Order: sequence, then C-alpha cells, then structure tokens
Amino acid sequence: MTAIAHRYEFVYLFDITNGNPNGDPDAGNLPRLDPETNRGLVTDVCLKRKIRNFVSLDKEDASSYAIYMQEKAVLNNQHRKAYDANSLKPEDKKLPKEEEKARAITSWMCNNFFDVRTFGAVMTTGVNAGQVRGPVQMAFATSIDPVVPLEISITRMAVTTEKEAEAQSGDNRTMGRKHIIPYGLYRAHGFVSAKLAERTGFSNDDLELLWRALINMFEHDRSAARGEMSARKLIVFKHDSAMGNAPAHLLFDAVKVSPAQADAAQAPRGFADYRVAVDHATIPAGVTVHEML
Amino acid sequence: MTFGVRISVWGERACFTRPEMKVERVSYDVITPSAARGILEAIHWKPAIRWHVDRIHVLKPIRFESVRRNEVGGKLSPASVAKAMKANSTAGLANYVDEDRQQRAATILRDVAYVIEAHFDLTPKAGPDDSIGKHLDIFNRRARKGQCFQMPCMGVREFPANFQLLEDGEALPDKHDSLLDLRDLGWMLHDIDFEKNMTPRFFRARMASGVIEVPPWHSEEVKA
Repeated sequence: MTAIAHRYEFVYLFDITNGNPNGDPDAGNLPRLDPETNRGLVTDVCLKRKIRNFVSLDKEDASSYAIYMQEKAVLNNQHRKAYDANSLKPEDKKLPKEEEKARAITSWMCNNFFDVRTFGAVMTTGVNAGQVRGPVQMAFATSIDPVVPLEISITRMAVTTEKEAEAQSGDNRTMGRKHIIPYGLYRAHGFVSAKLAERTGFSNDDLELLWRALINMFEHDRSAARGEMSARKLIVFKHDSAMGNAPAHLLFDAVKVSPAQADAAQAPRGFADYRVAVDHATIPAGVTVHEML
Repeated sequence: MTFGVRISVWGERACFTRPEMKVERVSYDVITPSAARGILEAIHWKPAIRWHVDRIHVLKPIRFESVRRNEVGGKLSPASVAKAMKANSTAGLANYVDEDRQQRAATILRDVAYVIEAHFDLTPKAGPDDSIGKHLDIFNRRARKGQCFQMPCMGVREFPANFQLLEDGEALPDKHDSLLDLRDLGWMLHDIDFEKNMTPRFFRARMASGVIEVPPWHSEEVKA
C-alpha cells in the first residue's frame, strides 16, 4: 500500500429532483437552506456518510476495506479488533505507554478501515486507539441557485394505534408531510492531501475507490425522502507535486456553472438548464484536469 | 527577532469554538491566535520552528449562522470497559452510531477574511542546518504558489481556508466600515500550552479599527 504522491482537489456537482437531499433537524427536516441567500446546503458529513455506505456495499467487508463508523457498527468492538490483532491488553482511556505499540494500533486501524484511512477518526473512546487525521477533506455543498422547498401534504389510510382509530371513530386517516426541492444543482469542493495520505497509507486504489464512490453513491441511496439524486460532474485537479502547484481557490474558480440560456425566465428544473465549463486557460502549469464524470 | 510573514486568509464559513461552549458549538467573533497558528502550520512547519501570531486584521463584518448536524455522541464509560476487561469479552460493550446519535447545533461565522501577521523563532530542536532564512523562504515560496501540507481550515476541517501571501510592501486589503470602532472581544483563547499538560491560556482581545494585537506568548497579559 503505497500512499498517493499527488495533491488533488475536486469539484463535485450533483442534483436533486423532487426530493430532500439533506434535512435540517432545526427546521423540522426541511431541506437545509442558507438563510442569507436561500441556497440549499448539504453538509460535509452527509456526503461522507454516503461515501462510507457505498464503500461498504461495494467492498462487502473485504479485508482492509471495513468501515469503522457504520450504521449499527459496534465501535469498541472495532477497537478491540485492533488490540486483539496486536495481542495487547486494552488500557483505560490512554494509549499504550510504549509509543511503538500505540503506533501499531493506529496503523492497524488505518490498514483495516477505509474510512479511518480516508477521513480520519478520533478513537479516544473507552478503549483508546489514538487519533487519525485523514487526507480527504470536504466542505459543505451549496446549490448554484436559490432553491424553494415545497411542503407536500400526504395522507395515509391507516393509523398506528387502536386509540387513534377510536378517536377518529373508524375513519382511519392520518396526514403527513414531505418536504421537497423541485430541482437543485449542488456544488461541493473537496481536498486530498498527499502528505496526510502518507501517514494513513491512503493509496491510489483508495483514491480510485473514492472517485467511484462519488460517482455512484446516489445509485445506492434511494429512498422515499431523497427523490431523484444523481452525480452530474466530478472534475478532479491533479497537482504534479505532493505539496501542490497552485492555490485551491484558483482551480475552483476555473469551474464555472452558468445558466444554459442567459435570459432564462424560468427557474431551472433540470441539469440541461445549466452549463458547466472548465476554463482551461486559467489552470496554472503543473496541474492537470480530469473530468471523471 | 525575525522577519514576519503576512498572509491573507478567507473562507465561506468558520468555527473557532469557544472552549466554554463546546457541546453546542459557538464560535468566537474572530479567529483565535491558535487557529491562525494552525493555518500557518498547514502551509509550513517543522519541529525546528515555532510560529508566533503577532497581529490579526479582521476584514469583514462579523456575522453568525446556525447549523445543526447529526454527530456521534459521547465516549464509553471507563467502568463498563473495566468490567468487560475483567470478563475478557466484548459482549455488552456495544456502541451503535444510530443509537449514539446526538444532534448538535453550531453557531458559526459566515464569510470571513483575515490577514495574519506572524513570525517564528527556532526551537531547541533546530539542527545546525536550520536557519531562520531557510524556513522563511520555504514558507513564502509555498504560500506564493498555493502549496500546503494539507488544506488549512477555519477552525474545523469542513470549512477550508483559502490563502494568499501578502508580499512585502503590499497594502492590506480594505476593511469593512463596521469594524472601525474599538471593540472589546473579552477573554479569548490565545493558545494551548502543550508543555504544561495542555493548559489553555487566555488573553483580553481588543479590536481597534479591525486590528487585534496579540500579546507575546509568555507576556504578563496572557493568563492560564
């Protein structure tokens, strides 16, 4: 497992039709909105969760691709595996005193768990396996245009309890509601540090898997709430060196998303209403652009 | 005394968490010296040098926003671990993400921009081939090209910090008018003292015309 030797940045575009990409617990599960601009938001952790889910589906717990932060994963059992593999006795709340053993545990976690290698993890729970800073960093995704969440009322022809049925004197109907966004195109930025990858052993294979996860993760995340979500564009900037060859913001600025028709009177309702252009002229030397999707 | 560096940093969002409000995070009004040091170290750092933040220029009005997210909850109690250790089995040591879920709000800053003025000095770990000039050149070269060890962040990693070197003699960017009066920001974290078992040290932050003078690390004004 040799670590990657190049720094990367990526621009990731995904869209949603008639669904809720990421509910806001503060607003009764309405789609997240930036209150100042009315643009939609999707948090970094939401996207990371989907990447983890895709990897665990794709790899079916193949060795060294286990997922640590699983839904229903038993975290401390995962730590325990690290101790067992190194036949050490866990101590409360602290790393083993010998630095060597501590390092053995942390590196075992990195070697076995894809998400620890990729995003890092704080493993200072009761059974301590140290802290790992991962190479992949993601920021919040924001929609290109303001989005308008709609509240859709729905009815159900059944009730949950006897009591409700009696209260309604046999007319077993209940109302519910769904929040949807008719259409939104979201843009997320991400960073991959080669230097941190060296420390966790994040390899080229892992990177390929990360790209694949980004491209395919919505295909395995269908649900009543999500509507139709799909990855639309994944534009990767590869630097020649590990430290990078250009400031990230310059690279991101080169990816322009604009309305397909300048005077469109209608609100965008599909990906066809947008045009994505990469301004290759502004890309500094030493950086190559790969359109993965 | 070395020559200082000046670097301009900006980002969409930021969260410099107040230590007294860590659960439902609330950000300080401005970047802390310790977060500024973290940004510098993300660009260049070696054990041979130690960064000192001298001055922070605040360029944009201070605005907040709230974000609530699902997070994994607490740690496991040592008592139950001890029990499991005695029994020598992991049965009952379960910790499910779905069941260990907490929704936490964070009050974060929006649309921030700062100029960080800093210098570094050499630490006892500096070898014979470590000189101030060498590290200064490395930092300037990297910052000029946009190179970094890892993408620097505004307090937390989900809020990346864009950065650009301010060359010698280059004028500071304009500040917003709302920052021109004197503002007392209260006690603010200066940095964590790693030599003394991670003791936080605080200073009284005052912003005059958008500039916060950061007292030296071991001065009278910095209190543990």
